[in-house]
Amino acid sequence: MTAATYLRPGLPVPVPENDGLDAPYWEGTRRGELRVQRCKACGTWQWGPEWICHKCLSFDIGWQTIEGRGRIYSWERPWHPAHPALKEQGPYIVVLVELPQAGGIRMLGNLLGDPRQDVRIGAEVEAVFEPHDDAKPPFTLVQWRYSGR
Amino acid sequence: MSGRTLRGKVAIVGIGETTYYRHGKSPDPEFKLALKAVLAACADAGIEPRRIDGFASYSNDRNDPSRLAAALGLPELRFSNMQWGGGGGGGSGAVANAAAAVACGMADCVVVFRALAQGQFQRFGAAPPGGTVSGEPAFNAPYGVMSPAQRYAMRAMRFIHENRIAPSAQRAIALASYHHAQRNPRAVMYGKPLNEEAYDASRWIVEPWRLFDCCQENDGAAALILVPAERARDFPKKPAYLLAAAQGSEHRNAARVHNAPLYATSSFTTVAPNLYAMAGLKPADVDVLQSYENFTGGVLMSLVEHGFFAAEEANAFLVPENLLAPSGRLPLNTSGGNLAECYMHGLELQVEAVRQLRGESTAQVPDAHVSMVISGPMVTPVSSMILGSAETLQ
Repeated sequence: MTAATYLRPGLPVPVPENDGLDAPYWEGTRRGELRVQRCKACGTWQWGPEWICHKCLSFDIGWQTIEGRGRIYSWERPWHPAHPALKEQGPYIVVLVELPQAGGIRMLGNLLGDPRQDVRIGAEVEAVFEPHDDAKPPFTLVQWRYSGR
Repeated sequence: MSGRTLRGKVAIVGIGETTYYRHGKSPDPEFKLALKAVLAACADAGIEPRRIDGFASYSNDRNDPSRLAAALGLPELRFSNMQWGGGGGGGSGAVANAAAAVACGMADCVVVFRALAQGQFQRFGAAPPGGTVSGEPAFNAPYGVMSPAQRYAMRAMRFIHENRIAPSAQRAIALASYHHAQRNPRAVMYGKPLNEEAYDASRWIVEPWRLFDCCQENDGAAALILVPAERARDFPKKPAYLLAAAQGSEHRNAARVHNAPLYATSSFTTVAPNLYAMAGLKPADVDVLQSYENFTGGVLMSLVEHGFFAAEEANAFLVPENLLAPSGRLPLNTSGGNLAECYMHGLELQVEAVRQLRGESTAQVPDAHVSMVISGPMVTPVSSMILGSAETLQ
């Protein structure tokens, strides 16, 4: 592992869907780019990925690189380890982040820092890329931390 | 309303359950549990099992109707049906599907059932180890979002934030289930009362939910027998007539990676109005309610979306005395529900709703004529149903 990861290793490794739908996202995070869907026909932002624009029903969906910043929309703090890899983890924070600059789409991640810290809905956060270079296959997660830290 | 309705056309005339066990503790395999529940429902209805001509279930129940029909020696199978969608959201939907088949003449005697043996198979609350994930799970599992509690806690957290819900509101829902279970010898938590102090001291599973906010996982099976309403009086027990059923979810509820436009929802905002419209009833007409507790926050949102109170009234309404039989304003989960009777994936709630109309509950609500069930909040599709006594048809 090139750097410490927020959660302990051993969780399931994310791989692109075998139909290729979300491959641009996972390829982007490896390069440090946050890419989400945007309809080429009507400009609607869309997340998670789908084959059709939910607004205008065009199949001509593009991918756009966006700035990794947003606001906490909701959160949770798991304590009970649902997966064997998390048995010694202790509590951790999951945030659902709303991205105003991309039509208010939401993305999931962990909130970096003290797992027992207060979480404030509405607080501004920024993306942090977390590479898992030793995983098979390697992947990079998008994580979040309070802005300006 | 159009003339197309299920109201009053079908009745539940038999209910059956196995013994309810803690998860992994059933001495019987799952298929045998299913058979036992079906036979118990036949005995309750006073019918020969070979009169069954259809089966309906939900949540990808593993016990295939064709195998059941062969095992039971049925003369013919006329209807088999699986309600799409995971979790317990399909419980009332399965009843609706069976009722639709009976109402339109596709079958005459349909069993709705659910069986679970979680020792034999994987538990819901534990993720399988290792491997790779793709699709929706790839955007969740690497962040430690795997179990149902972890997948739905953020919906409730947002609702709690938007509506300033106090911890006591969720607690009251848990206390009501445990209170009623102390009067129900079938309940897995019979003899294990819960009070406010024990709830408050219990460990977090995932904030905002403590241990007692989360359903059990259990082994067992339950079954219902549905027949045309015009034949319902031929059976020994008081019929429970289906007054309405509805299933579905609102606009883009399943938008991937937690992107439902209306996120802080139990998924019933469009379903509940359809339900009341078919029944010709309003929330105040409901005498007793069984509301699926996967997690207490889901029940809270279900009650709001079914119009029992507004979100801003939740803290005042959700106190134990309002939720207890016999005299609370809205007696809730009167057998103990998923939290304290048995997590029979919610079908025990339909069984209890029938008992209330018969006057057979261990926490009976006097003069119960309108008995509602809400199935599986926060998933999609969800479903709910209203049963009524013969008097409600007049």
